[in-house]
Amino acid sequence: MNAIQIRTMARDFILKEFLPGERPENLTDSTELITDGILDSLATLKLVAYLEKSCGIEIAPDELVPENLNSIAQIANFVQSKQAST
Amino acid sequence: MTVAALHEYLEQSARRYPQTCAAVEASSGRQITYGELDALSDQVRDHLRRIGVRPGDRVGICLPKSIASLAVLFGILKVGAAYVPVDSLAPPARNAFIFTDCGVRAIFVEASRAETLRCELARLAAEPCLLPLDWSDGPSPLATYLARVEAGGLAVEDESARPGPDNLAYVLYTSGSTGQPKGVMLTHRNGSSYVDWCSEILAPDENDRFSSHAPFHFDLSILDIFVPLKHGATVFLIGEELGKNPTRMASVIAERRLTVWYSTPSVLTLLVEHGGLDARHDHALRFILFAGEVFPVKHLRRLKAVVPRARYLNLYGPTETNVCTYYEIPQTIAEDRSAPFPIGRACSHVKARVIDANGRNVPRGQEGELAISGAPVMLGYWNMPERTSAAFHVDSSGRWYRTGDVVIEGDGGVYTFRGRRDRMVKRRGYRIELGEIETALYRHPAISEVAAIARSEESGVSIKVFYASREGHALSLIELKRFCAHNLPAYMAPDWFSHQQLLPKTSTDKIDYQHLMRME
Repeated sequence: MNAIQIRTMARDFILKEFLPGERPENLTDSTELITDGILDSLATLKLVAYLEKSCGIEIAPDELVPENLNSIAQIANFVQSKQAST
Repeated sequence: MTVAALHEYLEQSARRYPQTCAAVEASSGRQITYGELDALSDQVRDHLRRIGVRPGDRVGICLPKSIASLAVLFGILKVGAAYVPVDSLAPPARNAFIFTDCGVRAIFVEASRAETLRCELARLAAEPCLLPLDWSDGPSPLATYLARVEAGGLAVEDESARPGPDNLAYVLYTSGSTGQPKGVMLTHRNGSSYVDWCSEILAPDENDRFSSHAPFHFDLSILDIFVPLKHGATVFLIGEELGKNPTRMASVIAERRLTVWYSTPSVLTLLVEHGGLDARHDHALRFILFAGEVFPVKHLRRLKAVVPRARYLNLYGPTETNVCTYYEIPQTIAEDRSAPFPIGRACSHVKARVIDANGRNVPRGQEGELAISGAPVMLGYWNMPERTSAAFHVDSSGRWYRTGDVVIEGDGGVYTFRGRRDRMVKRRGYRIELGEIETALYRHPAISEVAAIARSEESGVSIKVFYASREGHALSLIELKRFCAHNLPAYMAPDWFSHQQLLPKTSTDKIDYQHLMRME
């Protein structure tokens, strides 16, 4: 999967699950997901479970940190680095 | 073994078990012995004395949960002051309000947050002494800080203060209905009477390993901190990040062979549903304690299947009294049971009764308000004499704290929780005044009207906000969530937002909450 595909997938999931009714253009690649309260800890776990399933990666408990998941751009980088290492 | 002051628990254990491990940071594995923790908190005490902190003062704690924050807490008690813990991740303006409200003399603060906090304090014309601990200096920020500030050398004083049992020990701020948090004042006796009751029920010894999941600003932490340290046991400090990570927490429980776990039901549910707690074998857990909200029976049943050998206690009590009733969950839960378990009978260190609005006893089997008196009941709310007197019913039988919780007394003095008398709700163990959420959202420039309601669902309590906007159209959900993240503690964030052209009104032109409760 390339970065654009991952971004699109993550954006669609977040909009559908956690931002019902939000205009898609308001969720940018750099919107702060955790520090701006869009994903709480339970939502973060749901997102991680979705990424693991649809990208075929395994995310270790230690990797559940804001540095990896705080924006769509960070998510895409993180998922790509996981895919490269498997 | 009753003490006059809470820090005596640590001092006595340090004499008895100097080499025993007192506390472990569960994520880093760093640990400290009783002797070292006692000595480190002595140094904090001496430093606080040197900068002018005196018995009766208040000192703030705005730190991540750690060995450092534990030593700071004891240092503050040893100087005879009261500690005021806050959520270091909460909006700085809210923390500055709390510290200014109770007039702290000094604040231990994580270095990276010191400047923002200083600015917010300056806006309130407050200038307490900020004592910054810097985790980028290494794993022992407190020792590093003390070595730097005490570099000139200091004649070590050898005596801790000996406050009386009715002196203030800590102030815990909870959500306030008027939009500002209010400070619950608790004394050494309030804390120690509860700790001693826990000893009676749990019969801990030096081989026990306790969890400390709740943050120090949350009243569950009183058991986590003082009960293990009284008995020479070990406490495993679970910090903010680990506390949100169920898989890692489940590993800590199994690998560290914890014997007593205490948290909200939400965290326990998370451990079973998302942490793979059942994949691990051979737990050492003797007790699983939970408090702060109703535990849905469905989740409790699953947990009991995973950890069948432990005893399960439902603990109940507001911050103003800490735990005042308890109920032991039976070994087997009937398959058709869905009703939550009772909050149980009064603990041995309190008296409980059910009263009506005029303070008269309500007959057994009828709904009324639970009132509590005895050693653990708070002094009052900081600087709020009217709120304090409104919270108590005083008659010839004593001074009774009105919990605001509506209960029914059943057979054997067992109480069942029925609901609230006001607009306070509990979600994931945190108490939330819906009015505080409304007050925060009214500060949003585009919002003209707002009303928050809470709904009880099978999965727990959810909070829904209805609002009208000045422009007449819905606001971006991202913007609303962002605004809440920067103006409310995370635990108060609403679950749902619903835009309305106008909010429904009653005939007296007040917001019609009954109508909102019926809206989808």
